[in-house]
Amino acid sequence: MIASVLDWLTSSATWAGDTGLGARIVQHLWYSLLAVAIAAVIAVPLGLWIGHTGRAKSLVSVANSLRAVPTLGLLFAVALYLGPKIEGNLAFLVPSIVVLVILVIPPILSGVYAGVEAVDPASRDAARGMGMRGMEIVRQVEIPNALPLMLSGLRSAFLQVIATATVAAYVGLGGLGRYLQDGIATNDYVSAAGGAIVVSVLALIVDGVLAVVQRLVVSPGLTGRSGGTRSSRRGMSGTGEAVAPESESLLAGQPDRPSQPAARSAAH
Amino acid sequence: MIRFDGVTKQYPDGTVAVDDLTLTAPTGKITVLVGPSGCGKTTSLRMINRMIEPTRGTISLDGQDTARMNEAEMRRGIGYVIQHAGLFPHRTVLDNVGTVPRLLGWDKKEIRERSRELLDRVGLAPELADRYPSQLSGGQQQRVGVARALAADPPVMLMDEPFSAVDPVVRDQLQDVFLDLQGELGKTIVFVTHDIDEAIKLGDQVAVLRVGGKLAQISDPAYLLAHPSDDFVADFVGRDRGYRSLQFQPSPKLPLAHERTLLVGESTDGMSSAWALVVDNERRPLGWVEPSRVEGPVTTEMLHRGGTVARASGSLRGVLDAALSSPARRGVIVDDSGSLVGTVRAHEVLSLIESVDRPDEDLADAFAESEPETSR
Repeated sequence: MIASVLDWLTSSATWAGDTGLGARIVQHLWYSLLAVAIAAVIAVPLGLWIGHTGRAKSLVSVANSLRAVPTLGLLFAVALYLGPKIEGNLAFLVPSIVVLVILVIPPILSGVYAGVEAVDPASRDAARGMGMRGMEIVRQVEIPNALPLMLSGLRSAFLQVIATATVAAYVGLGGLGRYLQDGIATNDYVSAAGGAIVVSVLALIVDGVLAVVQRLVVSPGLTGRSGGTRSSRRGMSGTGEAVAPESESLLAGQPDRPSQPAARSAAH
Repeated sequence: MIRFDGVTKQYPDGTVAVDDLTLTAPTGKITVLVGPSGCGKTTSLRMINRMIEPTRGTISLDGQDTARMNEAEMRRGIGYVIQHAGLFPHRTVLDNVGTVPRLLGWDKKEIRERSRELLDRVGLAPELADRYPSQLSGGQQQRVGVARALAADPPVMLMDEPFSAVDPVVRDQLQDVFLDLQGELGKTIVFVTHDIDEAIKLGDQVAVLRVGGKLAQISDPAYLLAHPSDDFVADFVGRDRGYRSLQFQPSPKLPLAHERTLLVGESTDGMSSAWALVVDNERRPLGWVEPSRVEGPVTTEMLHRGGTVARASGSLRGVLDAALSSPARRGVIVDDSGSLVGTVRAHEVLSLIESVDRPDEDLADAFAESEPETSR
């Protein structure tokens, strides 16, 4: 089994053509990126606003309750409802994207909101007292300090959407879901397993890329890393090193992070 | 000059935080608001830069009603220091200090230069400039907070318990740095504290507030200690106020006695007195030894260091403390460079104290009421 899956993965026939693995990966990433981008456009400003003003906090709980909605069921419902109203290929694409957007709004929204909420009230008070206006506080204080949690939310969203974008295949779209869907339908377990492995690896790679981005954009002052400056031997450099790994484990501690199951399925 | 005119803050639930407060913080002076928790001192402070809006009354800065000013612009012209410093954790020390200049759109190079200059002024080493706040001690963070407030050279500073979260030794250092800075800069400062000792040490003028936001008394610290207006103020300023008020009395000419001294390494042989004072090569006192108990040359380990040292130009409090704390019962007095000028006994200090009048009532009233011209 393992050998034939490996053969399948390494065979040039698997990768070639418009319906080959390469094209499927591009499609899959495209659905994922589109969904996360649309969700971010909605959830990031909303989360910043809720965190900054402290108003409408219940929206975060409402969004979180969306996590309980079964994705596949929602997909069929949306496809049945929207499908006839939309022409051409979009009739397949729109329902899938809508469902994926609904899936990833909660992690992004809670990440942004939690990040802003966690900003030290003394920093915010000082910012206001020094004459920063609302948007200046958001841009110069709240966003930079919220970045670690915001990006954790985003990573979480990507992992979920990459794993879940496979459902698009059920309504006739492409993406890596095709291998799972078609493979199981035709008893071709080799391509089904191969597709699953590719999904898992893709999720891990994207998470790795985002981890690097996170390292680059989050201020060393927040992670305990001393950054480009060498701190003195006395005390602080030790603390810096001790704190640094924590920023990585921050994500692992999140209960909704699907990377562990993904990693496990990759190992099977 | 900051003026409160009949200022009241009442919250929607009916709580009155500040009740009809009228007072003036004169230009170039430190006005301390002090009182127990719930006396409205922080609320009063925060109403000055409109972090809290007064319910009634007006607050004016140099004669201009703050209610008519643009909030953000006004705040950029007022230094603001708070209890836990409130530094921005994501910015380096240098960038924290440059916050207000950046808001004001200064040139980048100018901001960096100004920020470095301020770090130096508050006594922080230049290599701390690129650190982040989490890498600093509480005292260092507070220094950065003060530097940040001073960055755009605002004429007015508001300080809300800036030194109360650090340990007493560091607090004392910060207070001294602060007084030195104020000596150079002459800002108009409103300073909030719950610590009466801090109020007395720092204030040119001290306003004692009572619970419910009423002004109990406002005067210079010496007068406050000598003439508390009622039981609440008397109780609040504390029991040893008689002793503490000595810090406002400069020493008159002291009846100094010559003290026989010896250097480290010299022998006490042949010294008959119970205690002998050891000094260094520049006659700076190091400590006392008991000739009868030591043999051979004096080493630094033998020194008894319990006694405090007072400057002849300092206050009577310091002089009396030097006499009281000295194991030899002779208080060590030095000149401004730290060299020994002689010793003095407690009873001699006490008779000096008795010969000096208590702070004059009319004079103190005149000070409390005076409103220096608005020169800045």
